[in-house]
Amino acid sequence: MDKEQFDGADDLVGRSSEKREYSIGEILRERGVSRRDFLKFCSAMTAALALPAAFSPKLAQALDEVKRVPVVWLEFQDCAGNTEALLRAANPTVAELVLDILSVDYHETIMAAAGHQAEAALEKTFNDYRGKYICVVEGSIPMKDGGVYGCVGGRSYLDRARQICGSAAATIAVGTCAAYGGIPAAVPNPTGAVGVMEAVPGVTVINLPGCPVNADNLTATIVHYLVFGKIPDLDSHGRPLFAYGKRIHDNCERRPHFDAGQYVEKWGDEGHRKGYCLYKMGCKGPATFHNCPSQRYNEKTSWPVGAGHGCAGCSEPNFWDTMSPMYKRLPNVPGFGIEHTADQIGVGLAVGTAAAFAVHGALKALSKDKEPGEETKEG
Amino acid sequence: MQQIQVHEHCKLKRYIWELPVRWCHWVNALSLVILAATGAFIAHPFSVAHSASDFVMGWVRFIHFTFAYIFTISVVSRIIWAFTGNRYAGWREFFPMRTVKGREKLRDMFRYYLFMTHQVPETVGHNPLAATAYFAVYCIYLAMILTGFAMYALHAPGGAMYRAMGFMYAIFSIPMLHLVHHALPWLLLGFVINHIYSAWLMDIKEHGAEISSMFSGYKFTLKREHED
Ligand code: HEM
Ligand code: HEM
Repeated sequence: MDKEQFDGADDLVGRSSEKREYSIGEILRERGVSRRDFLKFCSAMTAALALPAAFSPKLAQALDEVKRVPVVWLEFQDCAGNTEALLRAANPTVAELVLDILSVDYHETIMAAAGHQAEAALEKTFNDYRGKYICVVEGSIPMKDGGVYGCVGGRSYLDRARQICGSAAATIAVGTCAAYGGIPAAVPNPTGAVGVMEAVPGVTVINLPGCPVNADNLTATIVHYLVFGKIPDLDSHGRPLFAYGKRIHDNCERRPHFDAGQYVEKWGDEGHRKGYCLYKMGCKGPATFHNCPSQRYNEKTSWPVGAGHGCAGCSEPNFWDTMSPMYKRLPNVPGFGIEHTADQIGVGLAVGTAAAFAVHGALKALSKDKEPGEETKEG
Repeated sequence: MQQIQVHEHCKLKRYIWELPVRWCHWVNALSLVILAATGAFIAHPFSVAHSASDFVMGWVRFIHFTFAYIFTISVVSRIIWAFTGNRYAGWREFFPMRTVKGREKLRDMFRYYLFMTHQVPETVGHNPLAATAYFAVYCIYLAMILTGFAMYALHAPGGAMYRAMGFMYAIFSIPMLHLVHHALPWLLLGFVINHIYSAWLMDIKEHGAEISSMFSGYKFTLKREHED
């Protein structure tokens, strides 16, 4: 690729190369973000990262000095819901901050460039910042039949993921599809969809599952990387502990109703109107790890359980298959008809056993058996 | 034809069930009843509380987890005793299929249960049919304990118990843990019905003090030691 094309790509994403050398603090000041707003943002991030409040000034200082990181945002088998979650944040200042901290060089949904120019922008970041840029992935990667089920720019998703994620400082898989395959990976998974970790083994991946990702958790992950120079501690599913270290059920605002014994029995009943626990309505909060109850969505407006609907378990691996049916607490029993839940089978079994032994007992009571050693007795 | 009475046989009083076997049996039985009752409430709670400050489910779960620990200790103790106790408590008792004699006893008991003979077999240790079931029951116990602690450890992810249960999370999704833990008690209920019935049946047919043996440890048999 020639020099001209690189410059052109730069203009299209609205920045010149020198600008990257400014620190984040400088860029924010240049954009007219007040010091006060900046500090507010820093304390919000300190809270999101579950750091002590005393960390906030240190975070501010570090963010002031740190340089922006180039980010490329790849979309695969997705619905762009995570992009939406990021862009539709209600409070424009924070959303802007997010975009300012990220130097987004490539993002199919929001970039102005198209076609070859877009590809050139991606190629340039890839070449110039190899090992330094952050790759954000949204959507799952189809693996079946050599990955033919999705391609962009003439190359398969798998191919692009291998190249771009392979040379990134870190890959952030946003949303459950990118993390674990999500809905495209639901049985029977026609395209062989998997998450980034499985598609490109060996690369550094941070999973931020959720449907969609909580934009605050994404920002906090990036702030963590900028400030500490490393990725946050992860759990066994590759999720940052600060956001996925606790079970929803254990932090839920409706938990006192669970412990008390106050449950919604059906949609719209009195308990539902009073905000009782959704346990019996199939809430998957007891099986799901996410900070939804404290971080909430859309600038902390609400979250599913807060709004009166049970947790769907969307941030767990294979949730579409393992957490269903959505409005039942327990899965259906495999191998039996859909209507036969475990209890119906169990009652059948217990009643059958009791009946069989009742008959057996009656017959045995009538029969004149020979007790041990009683050879002479008549049968 | 004259009727021969029971007292015409001289039965021997034999110490069969040692103290740990009896203790474990009744601790298991009591725990199981309490775990099943509290578990049923956990599975199908009804709204009983009058205020959010009540703690009905809280207490039910507390009792469930307390007895879960008691039950686990008792089950593990009994398994250890299977290697250290007398031969009626030993692990070999639970696999009558292993020996020719065991298979013979098993066949006799089977024939008796299926009305193919009127001759009540005399069993000194475990009823061979029941012993086979006990092995299955102990497998279910272990499955209940493993799925139970795997669910229990979720309140402290990353903790020692959670890490120890890592293999369970690799095998089962969390809702599947609940389903397994929810379904297996039905098999245990089936077993208990069968078991109490059999204890009753053999008590009245064998006249060896079957039921009271689980309290006293003594059975009354025609067979002497080394004869059974
Ligand atoms: C054989 C004895 C046991 C029986 C019959 C039993 C029964 C049950 C039942 C029926 C449930 C409801 C399951 C559901 O529908 O989700 C339950 C829940 C549970 N049991 Fe057990 N259980 C037994 C032993 C244990 C043990 C040894 C533990 C170990 C700690 C344990 C821990 C739990 C936990 C953590 C729950 C879930 C509570 C919740 O979701 O809030 N159980 N048990
Ligand atoms: C929840 C209820 C119960 C459970 C789960 C249970 C379970 C067991 C188990 C596992 C054994 C084998 C003992 C060992 O070697 O450790 C056993 C033996 C025995 N149980 Fe129970 N039991 C229960 C209730 C009862 C009751 C109510 C009775 C009395 C009516 C009873 C009478 C006996 C007797 C007589 C034996 C020894 C008989 C033999 O093995 O041939 N059990 N029981």
